[in-house]
Formats: sequence, structure tokens, C-alpha cells
Amino acid sequence: MSAGAELTSQEYIKHHLANLTVGEGFWAVHLDTLGWSVFLGLIFLFIFRSVAKKATTGVPGKLQCAVELIVGFVDDSVKSTFHGKNPLIAPLALTIFVWVMLMNAMDWVPVDLLPALISFATGMDLADIYMKPVPTTDPNMTFALALGVFILVIYYSVKVKGLGGFIKELTTQPFGHWSLYPVNFILESVTMLARPLSLALRLFGNLYAGELIFLLIATIGLFQLPVHFLWAAFHLLVIPLQAFIFMMLTIVYLSLAHEDH
Amino acid sequence: MNINMTLIGELIAFVVFVIFCMKFVWPPIMTAIEDRQKTIADGLAASDRAAKDLELAQEKATAQLKDAKAQAAGIIEAAKKRETQIVEEATVKAQTEKAKIIAAGHAEIETERNQAKEELRQQVAVLAVAGAEKILERSIDAAAHSDILDKLVAEL
Repeated sequence: MSAGAELTSQEYIKHHLANLTVGEGFWAVHLDTLGWSVFLGLIFLFIFRSVAKKATTGVPGKLQCAVELIVGFVDDSVKSTFHGKNPLIAPLALTIFVWVMLMNAMDWVPVDLLPALISFATGMDLADIYMKPVPTTDPNMTFALALGVFILVIYYSVKVKGLGGFIKELTTQPFGHWSLYPVNFILESVTMLARPLSLALRLFGNLYAGELIFLLIATIGLFQLPVHFLWAAFHLLVIPLQAFIFMMLTIVYLSLAHEDH
Repeated sequence: MNINMTLIGELIAFVVFVIFCMKFVWPPIMTAIEDRQKTIADGLAASDRAAKDLELAQEKATAQLKDAKAQAAGIIEAAKKRETQIVEEATVKAQTEKAKIIAAGHAEIETERNQAKEELRQQVAVLAVAGAEKILERSIDAAAHSDILDKLVAEL
């Protein structure tokens, strides 16, 4: 709220929802989204890799226990939904779950903390600092994940069912008559495209709204602390739940892609 | 909602992370977990087996103990029987011996009494002869009258 003296609430929120952008138009890059997401992804891989390197079959250490707990949880989720044999699904689900959870968890960082630290370190004016540290509030991030999953769904659909089988699945149902095949194709295409869209928008919407509420809370002055605490406590549920939903739907979509009718 | 190059960058990052996870993170952790699960399962099975073995051994020990007790009881029983038998035998033997000794005693007494009687008879015969000599005041030829003396002795 330190910048609030000069800014209206509306301007304050708008300022905080702007990304640190380099470039123009389509070629623009959100450095904060990219930086934080890659940083968090590297943290995930670093921790898990260090455990994997030292993984012992004997009595595990505490970190190994924690990592194995997460891995076991993801493995159970995959095994209960996906019955085929594909060495990609489980690591994909693990990456999505942990990475998305870490990125979601960034909304626990108080909204003005990072700009204040940067201002303190570099002496820049707060009004010039753009920093949105929650990558999943950026649709670029969520759509990138959903697009990756979508590409895999198409790839495995074609690989398992064959190109003909995939086209047949898109055209011959739900209506069996040949004259209705175009209608079928439109219906199935919408279903197909709705999946990554809903996947991306659900995660983005939840986290964006959560961040927006944090910003609104930050504008109410002295009473923001208890309210902030309550909203952060509520995110104890939202953060893992959204990560879990994203992972679970990814598994479900990929298992549908593997099913041969 | 401005979609831009960030999406491509994130997509690349996503692919790289997933590939790294698939190659270097998931397999070793999963192997460790599964190996440990197997070790634990083996250990549990072994302990189950050991418990069963112990139970069997205990049953066997109990049975053996019961056997041994039964045997001991049998031995004691036999010993008691034998004891009674020995005592009875000894009693019978002692009784026989007693009867024998008593009989021998009786026989000896009888013999001695007969001897004493015989001696007394002899002495009585001598006394009678001496008395008769005195009465007759002459010597009677003992040899000539031995038939009379013998008759007298036999009468006594």
C-alpha cells in the first residue's frame, strides 16, 4: 500500500496485474511469468533429482519420505485412472502437480513484498516496478500447460487408434447415420477443444480471482492483515486442489486418448 | 488476456521439465519405492513364517512334555507295584522261615526230651538194679539178667 498514497485503488490493482513485459504485440515476453515459473520448476526438479540420486531402498530420510509421499500419491492417482502402459503419464502428472502447486503457492507471497524489495535493492520507483509473481495468473502459463496436454492427447489418439480410427471416433458418434457425420464432427470437435480450454481457464480463473481478492484486501488499509490471513488460509485448500484437478484431468484426458473403442 | 511469446516459452519449459522428470526423477524414486516395498513384504512374510514355526515348535514341545510326564507316571506306577510285590514276597518268605525255625525248635526240644527220658530210664534201670542188689544182697549177674533189665527199662 506504500504506493497507494499517489494511486487510486483502481490504478493500484491495475498496476499490480500488469506483467513485467519485454517486446511488443505477439512477440512480447512476460519476464516475471517466465522467470518465476522456470525458477519454481527448477526448484522442483532440483529437490526431486537430489532425492532420486540418493534414493535408498533402506530406511529413507525425511526429505526422501516427503518426496516419496508425493510420488506415491501421484502414482496411485495415475494407476487408479490410467490402465494402459505408458512411461510418460506418471512423470507428466508428477511434474504438473508439483509445478502447478509451487506456482499457485506464490500467491501466498504478499502482493507488495516483491516490488518493495526490488525498490529497496535497486532504488527504482515503485510505479515503474511491474512484478506479478504468480505464473498461473498469467493465461500464457496455463494455456501453455493445457496446450502441451492437448498435443499429447492428439498424439496418443492418433498413435493408439491410428489416424483413421481417430477420425472415425470424431465423426461416427454420437449419431450412427452417415448423413449426420458432419454434425458429429462439429460436436466432437467442440468437445475436444473444450478440454484444453477448460483446463487452462479453470486454473487461470481460480488463481487470477484469488490474486485479485488479495489485491482488493491490500487496498482496505489497517484491517487488511486479519482479512489477508483468512484469505491466505483459504488458499490452503485452493492451491493444492487446483493443482490436483489439473493433474487428474490430464490423466483422464490421456487415458481417454488411449481407449480404443 | 494477452497471449504472446510467453506461451511458447512456457511450452518449451514444460516439455523440458517433463522430459527431465521422466528420465532422471521418476525411475530412480519409483525403483527405490518398489524395492523397499518388496523388502518389507519379504520381511513380513519371513516374520509370519517364523511365528508359525515357533507355534509348531511350541506345540511339539508341549506334546513331548506330556509324553514324558505320562512315561514318568508309568514308571512310578510300575515301581510301586514292584515294591508291593517285593514286600509281599519277603513277608511270605519270612513266614515260611519262621515256621521252619519253629518246627526245628520243636523237633530239637522233642529230641532232647527223648534223650533226657532215655538217660533217666537208664539211670532208673541202674538205680533199680542197685536197689535190687541191695535188696537181694547179692550180686546179680547183670549180663545173665539183662533180658529182665531190658524188659524193665522198656516198661519205664
